[in-house]
Amino acid sequence: MAKTIEEINEKIRKGKAVVLTAEEIIDYAAEKGVKKATQEVDVVTTGTFGPMCSSGAYFNVGHSKPRIKLGGGKTYLNDIPVYTGLAAVDFFLGATAMPEDDPRNKIYPGKFSYGGAHVIEELVAGKDVRLTATAYGTDCYPRKSLETYISLKEMNEAVLFDVRNAYQNYNVAVNLSDRVIYTYMGVLQPKLANANYCNAGQLSPLLNDPYYKTIGIGTRIFLGGGVGYVVGSGTQHNPNVARTEKGVPKMTSGTLSVKGDLKMMSPKWLRGTSYTGYGVTLTVGIGVPIPILDEEILKFTMIKDEEILAQVVDYSDAYPQFIPGSLGEVNYKQLKSGKITVQGKDVPTSGLSSYVKAGEIARILKEWIEAGKFFLTQPVELLPSVDSGIAFKSLKERPIKKRH
Amino acid sequence: MQKKRVVFNYPSHLVDQPVISKLVKDYDLTVNILRARITPKEEGRLVLEMEGKRSALEAGFNYMKEIGVDVQPLAQDVKWYEDRCTHCTACISVCHPKALDVDRKTMEVSFKRDKCIACELCIPVCPYQAMEILF
Ligand code: SF4
Ligand code: SF4
Repeated sequence: MAKTIEEINEKIRKGKAVVLTAEEIIDYAAEKGVKKATQEVDVVTTGTFGPMCSSGAYFNVGHSKPRIKLGGGKTYLNDIPVYTGLAAVDFFLGATAMPEDDPRNKIYPGKFSYGGAHVIEELVAGKDVRLTATAYGTDCYPRKSLETYISLKEMNEAVLFDVRNAYQNYNVAVNLSDRVIYTYMGVLQPKLANANYCNAGQLSPLLNDPYYKTIGIGTRIFLGGGVGYVVGSGTQHNPNVARTEKGVPKMTSGTLSVKGDLKMMSPKWLRGTSYTGYGVTLTVGIGVPIPILDEEILKFTMIKDEEILAQVVDYSDAYPQFIPGSLGEVNYKQLKSGKITVQGKDVPTSGLSSYVKAGEIARILKEWIEAGKFFLTQPVELLPSVDSGIAFKSLKERPIKKRH
Repeated sequence: MQKKRVVFNYPSHLVDQPVISKLVKDYDLTVNILRARITPKEEGRLVLEMEGKRSALEAGFNYMKEIGVDVQPLAQDVKWYEDRCTHCTACISVCHPKALDVDRKTMEVSFKRDKCIACELCIPVCPYQAMEILF
C-alpha cells in the first residue's frame, strides 16, 4: 500500500510519524523485512556536510540617505568584492570570492585564509561586517561612496542561494606525480601517498534517492542549520552515468540547487573553508528527508557504504588535462576504513566531507520531524532523471576572429 | 642517545647570554634550532631539537630551569581547536605519529598531544583552521 506526502504530514502533525536516519534504516529494514519496514517507516533522513564551492548569498541592504546605486561601481563586504549587476542595493556574494589584494598563489601555495564563505559564516554568526562601496552617481542615486558596518538583522533580505550542492557521489583524488599538489580535493602527497574522498556515502541525500523519485523543485530541506528548499537540479546535474545494479551512480552525477533564509541559519552549519593552494569555499550542511512512499523507495534508502562505488582519479595529470579514465573503483566502506588499494599499493585515505556531521544533520532533521516542527513537501516537479536525455558538455573552444 | 623537542621561554635578561653554547659545551648536547624569536629587552622563545645522553639532557634542562628559562615539551605548542574541527579526517593520512587519529566506528577525530612531533604537516591540510602552531 503506497503512502502519500499528505498522509505522512498528518502523522507528523499528530506526533506519530516514524522517522529513521539513513544509517538506522539499514539494519532496521534488514531485520523487519522490506514490506513491514515500508509500512512502519514514514521518513528517512539524510545528511551531508562538505565543501560546496558553487554556493553564495544575495542581499538587499536597504537604501541609504541620500541614495546610492551600487551597480556600476565597486562594493565590498569585509574587503571581499560582491557582484552588483542587479538593482541599486541588491548584490550577490560568492563563496569563493577573495580580497583583491590576496596574493593568491603568488606565494605558493597560497593560504586563502579569508574569502566570501568566511563573510557568510561571520554574518550568520551575527557579527558586524564592513560594507564599503564606490559608485558613479546618477540624478536619482547621487551618492558616490559608502562606508558602514552592517549585520544580518539590519538587512531586508539575506538569502543563501547555491547553484550546485550535494553532489551525488564524487571522485577519489590521488597524485601520481612526484611533487605535492594542492587541489580542491585537498593536499595530495606525491607518488600515491594518500587518497582523498568527499561524500557522506550511505548518509548522502542523493545516494538514498538515486533516481530522484522523491526530490525535486520545492522539496523542503535542512539547510545550513535552518530550513531551505530545493530550487531544482544544480549545475552539472548529470543523471546519465554508469550505475550499479541498485541504481547508484558510480561517479559524479546528480546535484542540487538550493536556497534558504540566511537569517535562520547557523555558523555551525555554514563554515568558511580554506584549501591551501586552491582557494576559499563554503562547507554547507544539507539534510534531505526522503518520504517512504513505497517499497521501492525504502529499498533505495537501505543503501550501504560497501554498495557505493567511486572512481580513483589522478589529480596531477588526468584531472587537470581533462583526460577521462579511472585508476580503479573503490567503495565507501573501504574509504572509511582508512586504506584502499590503488595499482597494487596500499594508500591511506582521508575524507573532506564530515561523516560525523552528516550523521548529526540526519539526527537533527529526524528530531524536527518527530517534534512536529518540520513538514514534508510535494515537489512541483522532480529532478531530471535518466530519461531526461541530459548529456554533459565540455567547452568546445572556437577561435575568435581578429578584427582588422 | 635521546632526542627531545622542547620550547624555551627566556626572560629578557637572559636573551643576550650564551646559554645555548653552554648546553652544547658543558652537557655535550647536539642542538638543532627549529625556530627562534628573540627581540632585545623582550622575552625570547626558542624551539629546539636536542640530542644527547638521557642524563645529559636532564641535567641540561635542569640548568636551564635554574637560570630562569621556562622549559616545555614541544607538543604544547600545537593546538587542536576542537570547536573548529569538523571531523572531516583530511588530516588523518598526513599525521604519521597518529597524534590526530580517528575512531573508525564513529568517524570522530581526536588529538593526542603527547604523540605530536610538531611536524606541521596538518597545518596546510586542515581546511577549517582547526590546527595551529602557537609560536
Ligand atoms: S604537527 Fe604533525 S604530528 Fe602534530 S598533529 Fe600535526 S601532523 Fe600530527
Ligand atoms: S583536517 Fe582539521 S577539521 Fe578536519 S579532522 Fe583534521 S583537524 Fe579536524
